[in-house]
Amino acid sequence: MLEVQNLSMRFGGLLAVDQVSVDVQEHEIVSIIGPNGAGKTTVFNCISGFYKPTGGKILFRGQEIQGKPDYKISRLGMVRTFQHVRLFGKMTVVENLLVAQHRHLNTNLIAGLLKTPDYREREKKSLERARYWLERVGLIDMANWEAGNLAYGQQRRLEIARCMVTEPQLLMLDEPAAGLNPAETKELDQLIVSLKEDYNVSVLLIEHDMSLVMGISDRINVINQGRPLASGTPDEIRQNDDVIKAYLGEA
Amino acid sequence: MQDLLYFFQQLINGLTIGSTYALIAIGYTMVYGIIGMINFAHGEIYMIGAYTALIAITGLASFGVAWLPLILIVALICAMLVSSSMGWAVERVAYRPVRGRHRLIPLISAIGMSIFLQNYVHLAQGSRNIGFPALIEGGFQFGSSEGFQMSLSYMQITIFVTTLVCMTVLSLFISRSRTGRACRAVSQDLGMANLLGIDTNRIISATFVIGAALAAVAGLLLGMYYGSVDPLFGFIAGLKAFTAAVLGGIGSIPGAMLGGLILGVAESMTSGYLSGEYKDVISFSLLILILLFKPTGLLGKPEVEKI
Amino acid sequence: MAAQNFKHALFCAVITLVISYPILGLNLVAEGTSVGLEGATTGTVINVFLAAVAVFLFQLFRDNIMGIFGKVPNLNPLPKRGPVSQERRMLMERVFFVAIILFALLWPFIVSRGAVDLATLVLIYIMLALGLNVVVGLAGLLDLGYVAFYAVGAYTFALLSQYFGVSFWLALPIGALLAALFGFVLGFPVLRLRGDYLAIVTLGFGEIIRILLNNWTSLTGGPNGIGGIPDPTLFGMEFGRRVKEEGNVSFHETFGIAYSGEHKVIFLYLIALVLAIFTLLVIRRFMRMPVGRAWEALREDEIAARSLGLSRTAVKLSAFTIGAFFAGFAGTVFASKQGFISPESFVFLESAIILAIVVLGGMGSQVGVILAAIAVTILPELAREFSEYRMLIFGAAMVLMMVWRPQGLLPMRRIQIELKEQG
Repeated sequence: MLEVQNLSMRFGGLLAVDQVSVDVQEHEIVSIIGPNGAGKTTVFNCISGFYKPTGGKILFRGQEIQGKPDYKISRLGMVRTFQHVRLFGKMTVVENLLVAQHRHLNTNLIAGLLKTPDYREREKKSLERARYWLERVGLIDMANWEAGNLAYGQQRRLEIARCMVTEPQLLMLDEPAAGLNPAETKELDQLIVSLKEDYNVSVLLIEHDMSLVMGISDRINVINQGRPLASGTPDEIRQNDDVIKAYLGEA
Repeated sequence: MQDLLYFFQQLINGLTIGSTYALIAIGYTMVYGIIGMINFAHGEIYMIGAYTALIAITGLASFGVAWLPLILIVALICAMLVSSSMGWAVERVAYRPVRGRHRLIPLISAIGMSIFLQNYVHLAQGSRNIGFPALIEGGFQFGSSEGFQMSLSYMQITIFVTTLVCMTVLSLFISRSRTGRACRAVSQDLGMANLLGIDTNRIISATFVIGAALAAVAGLLLGMYYGSVDPLFGFIAGLKAFTAAVLGGIGSIPGAMLGGLILGVAESMTSGYLSGEYKDVISFSLLILILLFKPTGLLGKPEVEKI
Repeated sequence: MAAQNFKHALFCAVITLVISYPILGLNLVAEGTSVGLEGATTGTVINVFLAAVAVFLFQLFRDNIMGIFGKVPNLNPLPKRGPVSQERRMLMERVFFVAIILFALLWPFIVSRGAVDLATLVLIYIMLALGLNVVVGLAGLLDLGYVAFYAVGAYTFALLSQYFGVSFWLALPIGALLAALFGFVLGFPVLRLRGDYLAIVTLGFGEIIRILLNNWTSLTGGPNGIGGIPDPTLFGMEFGRRVKEEGNVSFHETFGIAYSGEHKVIFLYLIALVLAIFTLLVIRRFMRMPVGRAWEALREDEIAARSLGLSRTAVKLSAFTIGAFFAGFAGTVFASKQGFISPESFVFLESAIILAIVVLGGMGSQVGVILAAIAVTILPELAREFSEYRMLIFGAAMVLMMVWRPQGLLPMRRIQIELKEQG
């Protein structure tokens, strides 16, 4: 459903991403891995519309989306998280989930001012959806906390829940395991797999640490210094000489 | 021929005003380049420079000093001294304590400072505008005596020459001196400069002092050129100079010079061919248009949003 | 260390002298066409030197003084208590609003006409500040040209009544909607600018509006302004001694009471009060609606908000337009109260005053903003002998607030939506 063809991104004289291609099919978890500074997040920023790529095509369900504004891309059904968690820290956990559902709410100002029955109904529904996802990620007890007061692992899960209430088709996770301890990482892996299995969401994942994605990814793309290095199933990647060299070279 | 002379007259007037805008704009652009804030009170620093110069000139006159170069030099030194001290103090009192907080906080503090300084001068010196003696009179005349006469006054020449000298000195200072190099380092990366042992606080103070000193020069020149000062004198000029800085690309010193000259010419052409009342409208519209279509200005560097 | 401290203190004292003596100690006086110089009074000169000495001593013993301040446990008049629960806080706010509204309703019947007039002005400022609070406090957009929308409201009423004889009640929504339209049209292109650029652009826009009003003499009367703006009527009853418009009757004759100039003042005050309450309630409602959450989300983290599909322009534009709408409201009331308007009422300083009210009150906090509007409007009237220092103190207060308490006197406590326990 997502097809990235020969994506390039240049900042002044620096070619941060050079001819990278990635594709994600329905019901699939695809990972992009690579050493630090390989240009993974830049690829993400291009796909999610924060950067306007300097070259290449991005197709979502056959529709060209490169250069479209970020919020429009998100509304198509592709929602992302961030490497450094970005929550609305002063808002409560449940409010974070309500903000994300603005499209499912009647945004008509007058209806809201008059509290029409229709408006109340929608408000109620979005609260219910928020409750469901909070239970799902195990944050229901913290629903009324300020999001900024959550522990780091909880913030990560909240960020994913916040994406899920928008009912996306493709979820893009930018280093979701960064800063998590092994137990939390395992929990996260299970959550990601269940999103695919139970909610039929495809996942595009960026990871810096290879071992984490091997278990859950259907396919893996490796990039190094902005250029594609290898792609294939986890087993293929594990045996790829270039990949081993790049990673050993880095270590 | 007549039309051409008229055009050149507007051009000369525009370049005169424009070069003083450039002098003031340096203060905005250097401060913005280093700490990324709009020093809203800069126009007031310029106004204080003009007042101090007038006080010095009047004081010398009451002592019977009549030698023009001495009067000008003393006025210039006094104005620069008071304005730079003010610039230094403003940074210490209103900006340093809020540095690094949310972007709007230093800006609101700066607006408060601007209101404070305006009223400080207002209370001390009254709100009426006070005549500024025309110390440099006369000039060249071109064109026939019947038709339109283009004039290039000695005052205008003084403004050009002084601006040119200031800009040259500043460029040399920035590129050659130790402090100048440190300034450039700090504007590249404040945190890194700090790690490398540069006293960033001192450099930031120096930036304010330099900007204020140049504004004082502009204060003396424009005071003489316009022939009067009042406490609100700095507000509009400050906005114009800020426009010039943005036009040229904020953070860029050559940009400030270019922006000042373009703005000055645009304004004088508006007054010359449309109406003097709308020249402010033109410069504000210009500001809005630049920010909309080329927020990095003519010579500025593009910014990449960090995610 | 001590020697360095001494040097620094001396330096600061000298700077204090340099920046204050020439300006305060030597006064320029016009003597016919030329200018003379006069020494200030001995008192001023002594004060200048005392200030320098004070700066010297403060800088010399800076560490000790700061230490003492640090030891004073809490300068906050309200010592930190445990967090008040949401419901209790809402109750307290509600009690506050009801009390202040009751008081405001009684006000015109217990005080003089001048005091009622002043209270009307306070209400106008409350409307303005509540409106700007949406833009600055909630959406986090610094608007320095807010007064432009106020001017649009005021001039709309003035012009409509002058050219088409439109009444207050019809002009009120038209003025507000037109101001909102101006906000929308201006906001559309500029709202994608970064915060401080936006501030300057709105300032420029405010100035453009003022210059146009000043120079479009054929329409607006230029600096002379527009006079003869009619008072509001109550169901067709006029408050003047004689009925001006045909078909209307006068208030005092209808009720068979003696004519009194106070009726009009009180009536206008009550209109302002109703409108201010309306403003308060509508904005309060917005704050709890999706649009209010979107404002806050965008202010908290713009990038995250965009990644969730919030359109930056649409969200900011809604705040900007709603803010402008209420400024237009206030402008119409202002024009009616004054009966005469000119561009002088809509200078940048006015924008700065409204901004200062929002900042002092605690950005986002409605209770704080209302209290600050009352304080800022009434204090200068109470201390008339200091009135010339008003703006000086104002500027200083803005700086001090940003340095010491940028969250304002009564920082905003968000109205949170809670997930109730189920079953």
